[in-house]
Amino acid sequence: MIGLSDYLVLAAILFGLGVAGIFINRKNVIVLLMAVELMLLAVNTNFIAFSHFLGDTAGQVFVFFILTVAAAEAAIGLAILVVLFRNRASINVEDMDDLRG
Amino acid sequence: MHYIYLAIVLAPLAGAVVAGLFGRWVSRSVAHSVAIGGVAVSFLLSLVALKHSLVDGAPAFNGTVYTWMVAGGVHFEIGFLIDRLSVLMMTVVSFVSLMVHIYTIGYMHDDPGYKRFFSYIALFTFSMLMLVMSNNFLQLFFGWEAVGLVSYLLIGFWYTRPTATFAALKAFLVNRVGDFGFMLGIAAILMYFHSLDYADVFAAADRMSGLQLEIFAGHGWSVLTLICILLFVGAMGKSAQVPLHVWLPDSMEGPTPISALIHAATMVTAGIFMVARMSPLYELSDTALSFVMVIGAITAFFMGLLGLVQNDIKRVIAYSTLSQLGYMTVALGASAYSVAIFHLMTHAFFKALLFLAAGSVIIAMHHEQDMRKMGGLKKYMPVTYWTSLIGSLALIGFPGFSGFFSKDSIIEAVAASHLPGAGFAYWSVLLGVFVTALYSFRLFFLVFHGEGRMDAHTRAHLRESPAVVTVPLVLLAIPSVVAGYLIGPLLYGEYFGDAIHITAAHPAMERLAEEFDGPWAMIVHGLTATPFLLAMAGLFTAWYVYMRRPALADLARRRAGWLYGLLVNKYGFDDFNQIVLAGGARGIGRLLWRVGDAVLIDGLVVNGSARVVGWMATVVRRVQTGYLYHYAFAMIVGLLLLMTWVVFLR
Repeated sequence: MIGLSDYLVLAAILFGLGVAGIFINRKNVIVLLMAVELMLLAVNTNFIAFSHFLGDTAGQVFVFFILTVAAAEAAIGLAILVVLFRNRASINVEDMDDLRG
Repeated sequence: MHYIYLAIVLAPLAGAVVAGLFGRWVSRSVAHSVAIGGVAVSFLLSLVALKHSLVDGAPAFNGTVYTWMVAGGVHFEIGFLIDRLSVLMMTVVSFVSLMVHIYTIGYMHDDPGYKRFFSYIALFTFSMLMLVMSNNFLQLFFGWEAVGLVSYLLIGFWYTRPTATFAALKAFLVNRVGDFGFMLGIAAILMYFHSLDYADVFAAADRMSGLQLEIFAGHGWSVLTLICILLFVGAMGKSAQVPLHVWLPDSMEGPTPISALIHAATMVTAGIFMVARMSPLYELSDTALSFVMVIGAITAFFMGLLGLVQNDIKRVIAYSTLSQLGYMTVALGASAYSVAIFHLMTHAFFKALLFLAAGSVIIAMHHEQDMRKMGGLKKYMPVTYWTSLIGSLALIGFPGFSGFFSKDSIIEAVAASHLPGAGFAYWSVLLGVFVTALYSFRLFFLVFHGEGRMDAHTRAHLRESPAVVTVPLVLLAIPSVVAGYLIGPLLYGEYFGDAIHITAAHPAMERLAEEFDGPWAMIVHGLTATPFLLAMAGLFTAWYVYMRRPALADLARRRAGWLYGLLVNKYGFDDFNQIVLAGGARGIGRLLWRVGDAVLIDGLVVNGSARVVGWMATVVRRVQTGYLYHYAFAMIVGLLLLMTWVVFLR
């Protein structure tokens, strides 16, 4: 029987992968976006697991909203990325330090 | 009566306002008419007040006109005390002022600052009258400062000359030193008497005579002595006593009418007047009287000596003024207040006369003041010559002239005084007579006799001055002769009454009164007395050295080179002030500027705090790497910490 904690462990692993993807990746902004998406999905998994085991469908409704917003966000993110690439001819994360003090 | 008193002070003020504030819109003749009119009204009303007091025998008027404020139970008021002392001063001040006003029409005729000048001297008359008519210390101080201000303005009247502005500044600063003492004295009076009114203070003076205070632990000081000496420090500044005398000779940079009015006849006598007014206080302190006498004696003798080596005609008279002020101060120290006021009055007449005569000479010489370039003016300027002769004779105390009566009385009074320092003061004033005669007639012979040493152009234009100049000379020459005959009622009669208070411990005036039997007997006695012989010796020396053997002066100068150098350097007072005091002040200023301002405030506080902020910013800015993952990391760490806190620690 797969219990709640199994889902939570899976979600934690996914989340950890997302975080690691953000930190370890130094080259590609697209990978960064994908890592963020991964973290979002890990959280969604938590929502669904809790929703199922607590018998409350509100969590699953939330997930629909979050997925919608995430899709929109990804679209905007990719659009920004395209503009960025046009301006800079690069999507290297290391090059993007304009905010450095 | 008090409307009359009010009019006496306000008339010159009105003149000053019209000539000064509205000077742009009124013509020259309107300006001088209004100023002279105001002073003339003052003089006539002073005569009315004099008659009211003298002939009608009215008691002293002591009343308040206006209350400025009441603070802490102390009233600050404008009020008048019109007794015999102030009414005499009012008459003398307004008379000399009037003469000088008239004279100014001639002297300042071509000056672009004509109206400004009239405004200033009318303002001066107002201030001086406020000073002498005051019935409280506040108003006295007001008048005191106001005459100082006008003096400053007038010394620097020709403000484009650097020497004039320097002299004006010097006069102002030196007076500030004196005024500081004066202010402390007034503060002490307010502290101990809780009143600024003369009448209250004098009434309480006896009770205060035993009071002591400790300035340094363990040394008790009589409060009254302290107050008297502090007030006298103010008088030393205003009346130019050693060592605060340095401003007076320099004040000769101002126009000559000013030298006559302010720096000879009236303003510089304010200190003498003040001490005489405070006689109920000074009488209670032998220490203060001794101090006054010694300072006066030093001034009387040593400043007279300086007159011997000066070549500027006005400076000789300026040193003479210093010396005569010393005489008055000595008389104050000897408790002969009435004699001091008497000498003040006669001196006002003959010294104003001498200054105005010098001014007349200066006009004729086309503003040349060096006596070495004059000579033989007698035949060109008869009126100036004769009036100068009268003034000089009065100054050296020739029997029969006004100066004789007052100066002889001073010498007698000092001889009768038993205070410490009286012996020194006696010899100073006695030898001073010789010196006075010597420098007076040195000036007289150099200017009016002998050969003319001026250039041909000047000689061709030599002529007597116009009537507006000579009439005041004649009008001043009259009292220079006859004022002395008032000696009987003024000194030994009941003239001053309660205005001057002398205790039985200082019997100088009583001794003088015993010996006095009329002015004529005094003249007869004076013809054989030591002062007269000394004066004649001085006169003869001047004649012999400067008329018969001009080479002798040069010889003496070479033989006694160090003495001559000492005198020319004015005993080093100026150098001392310039180097030690002014230089020291500048040094401290530079130190504060370089170290305090540039290093501490600018470097450490202002720029230092900016630098600390900059340094902190350079450290903190390293946190802002600009890399996305660093920000994300910071967010996650922050989120973790926040959650840890929320979940576990709350």
